[in-house]
Amino acid sequence: MEDSRFVARQAVRVRVNGREYERTVEARLLLADFLRHDLGLTATHLGCEHGVCGACTIIVDGESVRSCLLFAVQADGADIQTLEGLADGDKLHPLQQAFWDHHALQCGFCTSGFLMTAVDVLRKTPHPSEDEIRHALSGNLCRCTGYANIVKAVRAVAERSGAGEADGPSA
Amino acid sequence: MKPAPFTYARPDSLDEALTLLQAGGEDVKLLAGGQSLVPLLNLRMASVDEIVDLNRLGELAYVKRENDMLCVGAMTRHRHIEVSAEVEVAQPLLTRAAAEVGHLAIRNRGTIGGSLVHADPAAEWPLVAVALDARFVLRSREATRTVPAREFFVAPLMTVIEPQEILCEVRFPVAPAGAAWGFQELCRRPGDFAVAAVACQLTVVDDGRCAAASLAVGGAHDTPLHVPEAAAILDGTRADDAAAIGRAAQHAADSVEPSSDVHGSAEYRRRMVKVLGVRALREAWDKAG
Repeated sequence: MEDSRFVARQAVRVRVNGREYERTVEARLLLADFLRHDLGLTATHLGCEHGVCGACTIIVDGESVRSCLLFAVQADGADIQTLEGLADGDKLHPLQQAFWDHHALQCGFCTSGFLMTAVDVLRKTPHPSEDEIRHALSGNLCRCTGYANIVKAVRAVAERSGAGEADGPSA
Repeated sequence: MKPAPFTYARPDSLDEALTLLQAGGEDVKLLAGGQSLVPLLNLRMASVDEIVDLNRLGELAYVKRENDMLCVGAMTRHRHIEVSAEVEVAQPLLTRAAAEVGHLAIRNRGTIGGSLVHADPAAEWPLVAVALDARFVLRSREATRTVPAREFFVAPLMTVIEPQEILCEVRFPVAPAGAAWGFQELCRRPGDFAVAAVACQLTVVDDGRCAAASLAVGGAHDTPLHVPEAAAILDGTRADDAAAIGRAAQHAADSVEPSSDVHGSAEYRRRMVKVLGVRALREAWDKAG
């Protein structure tokens, strides 16, 4: 690949949930759209498309990021985790199970972003207080306004597990 | 809600980036963390012909101490600064400010250099850089120059940086012995830009008097505003001098020219500068205590 000139399209090679993909895409293609349209991984949702709502949050090289604020070409060489990679086969990730148990999703649109955010939060702060959880989730919007149960679900996981369990199988 | 087409280059070195910047046309733009630029592109409030992506320039992502200066590479991400033990020892106000930038996913990606050059007057880094009298190292193909933070910001989203220049390093004076800081920010929600904010540093000597003070205001003026008179008012005062604290904060409130928007009227912002100024100075005195 030639790095030293301007190109309109570029090859992107990424590993998503353990699987390698390679596509040649327009430079302006957002990573979120690349995942959804080019790779068919539609668990990542797009809400506001300008970094405010958090619905498109995914994990890139171990850190949660907004996939609407990255171009796919920037992710070349990256190791990505999306919601599709969170469960271990039929066994839900502890956060997914807690969301289920605590009725932490209503319409479900914001859910994947909340889950991927919570994965990163619990990895960095394995036992957060309720205040810390609320602060950490404040970058994600739920327009059903189901925040109370989302906080309860994350709290349930934080109280019973260490960072290791919250990391999930493929993190 | 998708960016207009552009061409893209991803240099591996600063030299290459500077060459690309010069080779690009009039609408070439540098892409750092992208947490401000990409929303503008997505919303089509900005458009570019060419993008130079700086994210592979590992040489610009570092924190290092050089004598009494803490040097932070422009591509250092907010999160890196937030959790750096070296930063917390050398200048803990930076640790506090970093934690207030956006949300975790924003801090994981956004960079200090990107935020400074974007120059939102309500953002944390411009405020803290002005409060601490930081220096910015700007490089072009031809030259390197150092600009004081207090001369860098011109207007909202406008700075003195030239089109051919890249901000490479931010140099913060290490907190001197006896230094204590205050940082107060008013936001509607955590992670939002400040409606108004005040950052200050006091240096308190052995007899409990303030030997040096610096105070700056964010979110309530066209640029982050250094209030030099606050230093004169606080010089030689003690922690219990509520009148001096009040006068310094009032001076800050009188110095700003706030604008009105949905988050607050100009008059509200001015009043909050006074309130936040008093709180920030008390916070610093408490830490010094």
